[in-house]
Amino acid sequence: MSAQKIIPARHWGQRLVAVFLIAIVAFAIYMVATSRHISWSTIPQYIFDETILDGIRLTILFTVLSMVISIVAGAILATMRLASNPVLSSFASLYIWFFRGTPLLVQIIFWFNIQLFIPSIDLGFLQMDTNVVVTAFVAALLALSLNEAAYMAEIIRGGLLAIDDGQNEAAKALGYTPAQAMIRIIFPQALRVIIPPIGNQTISMLKTTSLVSVVAAQDLLTRAQNIYARNFLIIELLIVASLWYLLMTTIATALQYMIEQHFGRSSRQPVGSWRAALRVLRAEGTKG
Amino acid sequence: MNAPMNSRSKVVEAIDVHKSFGPLEVLKGINLAVRKGEVVCLLGPSGSGKSTFLRCINHLERMTQGRILVDGQLIGYHERGGALDEMSGRELAVQRRDIGMVFQRFNLFAHQNVLTNISQAPILNRGQSKDAAVARAKELLKMVDLEGREQAYPNQLSGGQQQRVAIARALAMDPKLMLFDEPTSALDPELVGEVLGVMRKLAADGMTMIVVTHEMAFARDVADRVVFMDQGVVVEEGPARDVIDNPQHERTRAFLKRMH
Ligand SMILES: Nc1ncnc2c1ncn2[C@@H]1O[C@H](COP(=O)(O)OP(=O)(O)OP(=O)(O)O)[C@@H](O)[C@H]1O
Ligand SMILES: [Mg+2]
Repeated sequence: MSAQKIIPARHWGQRLVAVFLIAIVAFAIYMVATSRHISWSTIPQYIFDETILDGIRLTILFTVLSMVISIVAGAILATMRLASNPVLSSFASLYIWFFRGTPLLVQIIFWFNIQLFIPSIDLGFLQMDTNVVVTAFVAALLALSLNEAAYMAEIIRGGLLAIDDGQNEAAKALGYTPAQAMIRIIFPQALRVIIPPIGNQTISMLKTTSLVSVVAAQDLLTRAQNIYARNFLIIELLIVASLWYLLMTTIATALQYMIEQHFGRSSRQPVGSWRAALRVLRAEGTKG
Repeated sequence: MNAPMNSRSKVVEAIDVHKSFGPLEVLKGINLAVRKGEVVCLLGPSGSGKSTFLRCINHLERMTQGRILVDGQLIGYHERGGALDEMSGRELAVQRRDIGMVFQRFNLFAHQNVLTNISQAPILNRGQSKDAAVARAKELLKMVDLEGREQAYPNQLSGGQQQRVAIARALAMDPKLMLFDEPTSALDPELVGEVLGVMRKLAADGMTMIVVTHEMAFARDVADRVVFMDQGVVVEEGPARDVIDNPQHERTRAFLKRMH
């Protein structure tokens, strides 16, 4: 018997759509590339501009600081939310409700204008103008961190709830103190549930930081705006900023992929500590 | 088994233990004394309160009335001027270090290998050196017939192997008392024997044990005493063979009939 040739089904509809998409993308590229209104030659000139590079440093600083602060605050809020004391859990719920329920942009502007209703800070031994303490930088960092903490709290709470109660009972029965059970048994396991969404939040935060440009907090977007306010190369500088945002999110995504690979592989041999994540980062660092 | 029980000290003494979940009274005044080296099996139909009573002994469950002493120490509370003050989490932890517990669903720490599962608690809470704890863990693994499996993770082991590791883990704390809550109920029938074998060895070595089980042959052979519970009360108790082969109470008879 001779083998019959097998012809897979042809998806004509999909082919048609594909052709259409290629046409649209080609047209868009043609439009942008040949536009007389974009001066392409200025882009390389601004991409490594000192001001832009300073902006990138600040954007990264905002991202890292706000993520670190929000993870710590989120862990505290999550623990409060799960506490048996109704005041603690209500406070955490209220916090999460409020900060997730109002726009981040409003929160940024609010913190920046806090001196309107708290003009000065009086600690008894120390008196200061609120304006001196809450600079654009501080206002931006506060807004990003406090807002993100609400989301972190829910992510961490989800991670803690995902752990079977039997783990905690076994730890208790072996004489672990509540703190030991949390640190040695519950949290390391919750980490594997928590890490992927934290990665997503971090990548998202890289872009969200651009919102702080409304209070001129000197992040990447603020710097781009400052430059185009002087030379009117608006599109060109937005392209410069976008290229940098793309690069940063791409690197962050790759990093996230590597960390998740590591923890994913560990479904058979779980690692369960930040040390493992740091080990991956260090190993990759020496390779690159 | 034939040693004079009365001359031995009481490891567990439960006096009039009551427990309610909301309006539901699950334990209605349980009294039980267990002497050093004694093996007591708790029998009874589902929902009779066996697990709840066992969990009161190491205060995983907070009783609503009564008192439990382990090795003469009041469990879970400080007695202050007629009132019972519940202990802090740290104080409870210290008490629980002397009471081993084995769960129906093993509850090995999923992110730790066998060696860490067994050796971590003694290192943290018994002040053992790492070397000593590891050496002891290996000894215990040999005892439960799992030599050489130190590096395995719980999900790489069969249920029977996991339960034997769980027993080794509890023993690593050198407890004065071991509590077993249906240790073989979650196992495939062909794996039950290996776990019961380890428990027989333990009993023979003189460990004081309270075992909730539906394994009648085990109870009959190994237990010094069986306690039959139903609807939150002790219906009947006595030497294992007497109660199992010749139950006095109607409810015990009905239960045992269903078990065969
Ligand atoms: N946390 C809880 N909240 C409410 N009710 C509970 C709780 N734990 C147990 N109960 C109830 O208490 C009763 C006794 O339960 P327990 O688990 O002690 O029974 P058991 O004798 O161990 O039964 P089984 O043989 O099924 O394990 C049951 O009616 C059960 O529904
Ligand atoms: Mg039970």
